[in-house]
Amino acid sequence: MKKNKIVGAAALLSVLLTGSAIAQIGKPFIHDPSTIVECEGKYYTFGTGGGGLISEDGWTWNSGAVRPGGGAAPDAIKIGDRYLVVYGSTGGGLGGGHDGKLNTMWTKTLDPKSPDFKFSESNVVASSENMEDCDAIDPGLLLDPTDGRLWMSYGTYFGFIRLVELDPKTGKRMAGNIAINVGIDCEASDLMYRNGWYYLLGTHGTCCDGANSTYNIVVGRSRKVTGPYLDNMGRSMLEGGGKMVLAAGGRVTGPGHFGRFIVGDGVEKMSCHFEADLDLSGRSVLGIRPLLWKNDWPVGGENFKEGTYEIESERRGYALELIVDFTRMAGGMRGFNRNNDEPIKPVAAQELADVIKTWPTGNTGVRIGDYMFRPHQKWTITAVPEAGGYIGGSYYKIVIAGTDRALAATSAAEVITVPTFTGAPEQLWRIDQLTDGTYRIMPKVVPNSNEKLALVSSGDSTPTLAPFDMNSDNSKWSFKAH
Amino acid sequence: MNIKHKTLLLAVSSAIFVGMGSQSCSVASKSTINYVAKRDTTRSIAPYFTPATIQKKTPDSKGFIQRWLLLEPINKPNRGNTVFTDSYLKTAFASEYFPNQFTILPKDGEKVKAGTQELTWHALESTNYNVKLFRFAYETRKQYYGVIFWAVTVVNCPEEMKNVRMAVGSNSASMWWLNGKEAVLLSGDRRMVVDDCVSPRLTLNKGKNIVRGVVINGPGMSDFCLRFLDEKGEPIKNLTISYE
Repeated sequence: MKKNKIVGAAALLSVLLTGSAIAQIGKPFIHDPSTIVECEGKYYTFGTGGGGLISEDGWTWNSGAVRPGGGAAPDAIKIGDRYLVVYGSTGGGLGGGHDGKLNTMWTKTLDPKSPDFKFSESNVVASSENMEDCDAIDPGLLLDPTDGRLWMSYGTYFGFIRLVELDPKTGKRMAGNIAINVGIDCEASDLMYRNGWYYLLGTHGTCCDGANSTYNIVVGRSRKVTGPYLDNMGRSMLEGGGKMVLAAGGRVTGPGHFGRFIVGDGVEKMSCHFEADLDLSGRSVLGIRPLLWKNDWPVGGENFKEGTYEIESERRGYALELIVDFTRMAGGMRGFNRNNDEPIKPVAAQELADVIKTWPTGNTGVRIGDYMFRPHQKWTITAVPEAGGYIGGSYYKIVIAGTDRALAATSAAEVITVPTFTGAPEQLWRIDQLTDGTYRIMPKVVPNSNEKLALVSSGDSTPTLAPFDMNSDNSKWSFKAH
Repeated sequence: MNIKHKTLLLAVSSAIFVGMGSQSCSVASKSTINYVAKRDTTRSIAPYFTPATIQKKTPDSKGFIQRWLLLEPINKPNRGNTVFTDSYLKTAFASEYFPNQFTILPKDGEKVKAGTQELTWHALESTNYNVKLFRFAYETRKQYYGVIFWAVTVVNCPEEMKNVRMAVGSNSASMWWLNGKEAVLLSGDRRMVVDDCVSPRLTLNKGKNIVRGVVINGPGMSDFCLRFLDEKGEPIKNLTISYE
């Protein structure tokens, strides 16, 4: 028993010091995943080989998605009320050759249990043959939000990444369309548009080598969908250029096959596979990360790490805190004209044990105050795996460090703490990193309400729950580990 | 995903070689109206190279050197490119493949013996900023996977230039020398990226300077690009390139 306590303390210390980022749960094993698509409340991604993954909440993923045609590295997109899926049949060295075809097909639903689940006959929209400077494999789709045109990039290291235009009504190649070379020395390309820029994503490095795969996702951008796509050094992707979006880190290697998923205003996710998750037998797994934007460049964010933090409002920089008396600590003003040769001694920080007896024991409110690294300002945030999750994250409990006192939403759309975490949905919190790197914090539910509200600052010192507004610092928070 | 680059046996690659044609490299693909690629039956390096001439030639508009003496590929079987560690390369590139390999300034058409292979030097000018070694091998029906390519060129400098850097990108690994001294090594399973690896500060002598390089690849498309950068990182273009 004693031994267990030691282990437990060590584990807790580890969390406090370093935190840990949790990956998708379930059996998220996939290679070359398509962009995640939502269909009738469920999430889908397809991989090489014909199958794919389904998730009810975007957090727990299991096999079950169905795609005919087999082949490799599909992509998927919703256009109108239908879904267009494109995949590569052979090519890319599969089967030993570079002959490949890219095939598109439609379905009304991605749910294999639906009576409407039926894929149309496929159309060949691009191909490669022999040793031409391209592999017709690894397609990525973009429906241009500015004009409704549909584009597809494709290719591997074997020659060029090419761009073709498809007909968004039929999914077929636009008549007379000629492929354009837009990149080299990457594969698993994808396209996206934001804020006047078109982006060409590519995967660089070594594929298919497990923990030794050096796959990484790079990007170039252009004012025109047809390129040229330049990186941050002004280097064309036709010269091998590319700015890093996501590389290996933590316990996962080899991110590849970028896909963008817009959750809502200011909340974007990127999907990929990691060639190896060292915590999951080194298997290839689905990855979902926050997608951040810095100076109009996409940056792969980190999944939220459990730990103990100051929760700082972006409004003024004050910190979320329990409403308790401010307890003075040792280390008051020393006074003037003192002997500076006196020995230097550290001053102990105020600890929970120093103050907790003065705190109320029932439900207690919270406010926002100037951060003094005091116990009533330190929050331990821990995943609650049994509570499920949302796309890219688990639900968390947020408690005063060293206690079970938990942050909770009230039916009056306010925020308080309850003495003990019970797992009630109003005590569970969704934490999404925003595109600017700050965070949105939302209760899983607001009691007696269907509203989706977020933790916001209604005054410098007063938190509440209100609709999230990406354009206001009232809605944004940072987690600082001091 | 490109499994072939990493895992395919060369024997399989050789099988692919048989009966294959090629398509030219151009800005646009040559897909037909039904978007099924056309099978070519001829091979030619013409889209990628022209024979080198004795006419004055400068680097291209971005400073890339396009005139090179290229030796037909030496067989060097490797199933994948992840073996190209620094140690592997230093050993592989220190080995003698043909006489005077570190000093020779070959003539166009000159032949050398590398093991059992009799190989020819070709004076060529790349039509691209990069030198597509894969096309040099494939279009001339030589072995194109599991190979070593040697390249030599002469950089003529109007005056001594100090603190310049040789900037190289290669697929896959490579090593480069300037006037007999090692300048830069590109190790690992590498793709060709402009200015990927850059040498320490070097001096280009007034007059002739010999640039020599060796590129190694398992499966995949071999190529390289090389230019010199000045102290500000700008490409040096006031050079002339010859092969004699």
